[in-house]
Amino acid sequence: MEEHYKHLYEALSQVDGYIYPNEIDLHWGLMIVLYPYITGLVAGAFILASLERVFNVKVLKPTYGLALLTALSFLLVATLPLVSHLRHPLRAYEILMTPNPTSAMAIFGFVYLWYLMVVLLLEIWFDYRLDFVLWSKKSTGFKKFFYRTITLGINDTDKKSAKLDDKLGYFITLIGIPSAFLLHGYVGFIFGSIKANPWWSTVLMPVIFLFSAMVSGIALVMVIYMVVSWFRKVEIDMPCLDTIAKYLFYILIIDFTLESLDQIHRIYEAEESFDIIKVLVSGKLNITLLIMQVLLGTIIPLIVIGIFQVYKPDEKIRKFSYFFVGILVLIGIFFMRWNVVIGGQLFSKSLSGFTSFKAVYSGLEGYVMAAVWLIVPLLILTFLLWLMPPWKKVTTHE
Amino acid sequence: MGTERKVNNRRKFFQTSAALVGGTLLYALIKPFEALAQPKEEEIKTDQANLALWGMGVDLEKCIGCGKCAEACKIENKVPKEPFYFRTWVEQYTVKNDGTVKIESPNGGIGGLKQSVPDEEIFKSFMVPKLCNHCTKAPCVQACPVGATYISPDGVVLVDETYCIGCSYCIQACPYGARFMNPITKVADKCTFCYHRISEGLQPACVEVCPTDARIFGDLRDKESDLVKFLQVNPTQVLKPHLNTHSRVFYNALSSEVK
Repeated sequence: MEEHYKHLYEALSQVDGYIYPNEIDLHWGLMIVLYPYITGLVAGAFILASLERVFNVKVLKPTYGLALLTALSFLLVATLPLVSHLRHPLRAYEILMTPNPTSAMAIFGFVYLWYLMVVLLLEIWFDYRLDFVLWSKKSTGFKKFFYRTITLGINDTDKKSAKLDDKLGYFITLIGIPSAFLLHGYVGFIFGSIKANPWWSTVLMPVIFLFSAMVSGIALVMVIYMVVSWFRKVEIDMPCLDTIAKYLFYILIIDFTLESLDQIHRIYEAEESFDIIKVLVSGKLNITLLIMQVLLGTIIPLIVIGIFQVYKPDEKIRKFSYFFVGILVLIGIFFMRWNVVIGGQLFSKSLSGFTSFKAVYSGLEGYVMAAVWLIVPLLILTFLLWLMPPWKKVTTHE
Repeated sequence: MGTERKVNNRRKFFQTSAALVGGTLLYALIKPFEALAQPKEEEIKTDQANLALWGMGVDLEKCIGCGKCAEACKIENKVPKEPFYFRTWVEQYTVKNDGTVKIESPNGGIGGLKQSVPDEEIFKSFMVPKLCNHCTKAPCVQACPVGATYISPDGVVLVDETYCIGCSYCIQACPYGARFMNPITKVADKCTFCYHRISEGLQPACVEVCPTDARIFGDLRDKESDLVKFLQVNPTQVLKPHLNTHSRVFYNALSSEVK
């Protein structure tokens, strides 16, 4: 408590202009930056998988299973930063038990469960069921136990059952696409529907969140695919990688256009809040917005992949560039979330001044914890790849 | 033969269960959207017609910025003493000759506000007490994920301390900065119009201590109340009317500089 007060007194001394006295304490920190970031990665990775399955982009096949498992790994962690930031985390279940129907936040639990239980788990299950049956015959120990349990006793290996799996899996992917859109568009709505905050309150927010989610998810799968191939010492499928990069390029263009449109609209309309937002962007957010998000996270990746669309250099250069661009995009989208969540709290709702944000290293809201929440999904993914490697699958969908 | 039938039955069972679970989840997913619009405005039902509808008037012509209201509020409601937590506070606006506006509220005005701008630079100056506006269409009530904050039948926005999960969404949703996260109870905290006092027929603490009667508390449904009379004779205004929150705190002599 004393530490918290000390921190607040320090913030009080750094207030610029006038802010309401209750605004010195910033309520949403790093954990709430991570929450849309992680859900965005999930939605994006899933959409990449659907590209292959539903939109028939067959060249993406090497990343289908990987994308699904990546989505699952991150989805399992998605709510944890959210719950850990609650002042009464043990009451979190109330969101599911007695959701307030008018609250944008209350619906998240349901969207999340729908997505986890119905879409991802079922799709992965149908995709893997036959493999589980076959693997269970060949393996021993924990793996055998897991495979046998997870088949839920459905051990058919005939063609008909495989076809049914495929059909149902396809159907779920079909539902999955609007669900992924819902999941992340909805996260955008949590911010976009706050009329008290002019930095958040824009009808474009859900759409921007959705496209930035796709961008980050695609970049993540691209990077993970390269790393996994490197670990497995197998050749990277270049047509596949080029295609992922192509989609990344197009969706990044849409994302950038939408975000620019939002800003241009603000500048042109120049409403009451514009004066303070102008200072916010050019001052407090200049590094995280202009450098990290726009320059590193958007413009450089656009230029690099853009060049590759017309001129294809040597594979080695392309591989290196894709990896580099993937990381840049992931950093850029992280800062996009940062700029929304933290940026929206830096200026006062009195539109007359600024407070400051100082993240700490330790504690539930600190950098260390944030790093943990980003590393845990990767560990889960490693485990899943060991347990159910997509490249060892006997069956693949048509 | 026998095994095959059994397996098929199992599969059928699984499909049916999946459909049921999926259907239930889908229903649960869609259900909450039913009332996605604004929370229903409370309509005066017959049994509620006898209830009061509490509101407050603030006469800015009378406020002298002594900060007694903010101090009394902290004592009455056990609000932490640190200068980051206020259920009510007083802002001092100073419009300078060059047109710029300086707003101050050191420690919420507790201990009295003092002018920091030299007299010769001042065009005009005035005090503005702030508190929860007890909105009829309260954005905080709309946003609360668990329904821990609600509007009482007599029109006061309250927080159920035993229910609030501490997500801070209501704080983000409040356009007036009237809410804070109480560091001791770890739940959202705000002005209650001293609900424990008004339920006993007393005045809120801030109204009780105001030496100039700048705060007028009363029943908006009682045509004889001081509040209704205050609204009748003064051209009053609410804060941030463009946000359409239908606030129940009304200001007399509100200047356009006030945000």
